Amino acid sequence: MEELAMHLLDLLENSLEAGASEVSVFIHEDIANNSLSLEVSDNGKGMSPEMLEQVCNPFVTSRTTRRFGLGLSLLKATAEACGGTLQVYSIQGKGTTVAASMQYQHWDRPPLGDLASTLIVFLSASDTIALNYKHIVNERVFTFSSREIAELLDNIPLNHPQVLNWLRNYLTEGVKNISLRGEQNEIPGRS
Amino acid sequence: MKSLEDLENFKKEVLEKIKVRESGEKIKVVIGMGTCGIAAGAREVMTAVLDELGKRNLNEVLVSQTGCIGMCGQEPLVDVIIPGKEKVTYGKVDAPKAKQIVAQHIANGIPINDWLVNKLE
Repeated sequence: MEELAMHLLDLLENSLEAGASEVSVFIHEDIANNSLSLEVSDNGKGMSPEMLEQVCNPFVTSRTTRRFGLGLSLLKATAEACGGTLQVYSIQGKGTTVAASMQYQHWDRPPLGDLASTLIVFLSASDTIALNYKHIVNERVFTFSSREIAELLDNIPLNHPQVLNWLRNYLTEGVKNISLRGEQNEIPGRS
Repeated sequence: MKSLEDLENFKKEVLEKIKVRESGEKIKVVIGMGTCGIAAGAREVMTAVLDELGKRNLNEVLVSQTGCIGMCGQEPLVDVIIPGKEKVTYGKVDAPKAKQIVAQHIANGIPINDWLVNKLE
């Protein structure tokens, strides 16, 4: 994966698959401590302790159609290559939390990338799912709650194409405002 | 069309059409958003589709996503489902292709055969 935002989308797709109705995303860029953490928590169906033990094995999946599940193992490899860890906590019937940490200033750390696109692709999946997003860069904070937007919209579904396009701009702006000046989240050579 | 029976049939036909419209028989675009799809650029494809639908004011089109369907080598995959027609699947789609699919297939109903994974007869 070229961007951490793509890993994030992958985690969010897992939450959808687990039937979650509420998902929280927390990104913390703590530059003074050379740390970047990314956390996704959902209230989906969770998994058994046996599954949890093996969840980062690429040859383990909850799907029945195929025997591979690469998502978490890829993120684990990325986190570990960047001097960090991947931790998964889960309680069956309650939900799952996936937390990745890495060194902020690591050669191999992928850029955060296009977080806004990731979030709207996730929001497009359902008009009932609630997303809480919190992003901290040093002392600056950006939060977003899809419920607040849904209330403003009354009866228009959140996954209406025009609403999603608006959301993409809104989220891009929100993330940009807390980002460090000169910090490049985009991949060089791609627009 | 002159008998009362014809009129009855005509009525049925119209009602059927209305029902189809109301039951939300919309054009559907489904994008593969499994790990393989994401890594291949499905997210950009999806934002391109939304962007183009927005520009053309095609607000009745349903955009949704699915997991890996086992054709990882052809990702990003995009299904276009037009009610009453066979489902078609585009492979190796990127953002410019996605925009053209919206313009030509979704807006005007003409599939782009060259990009299809399942060739139409």
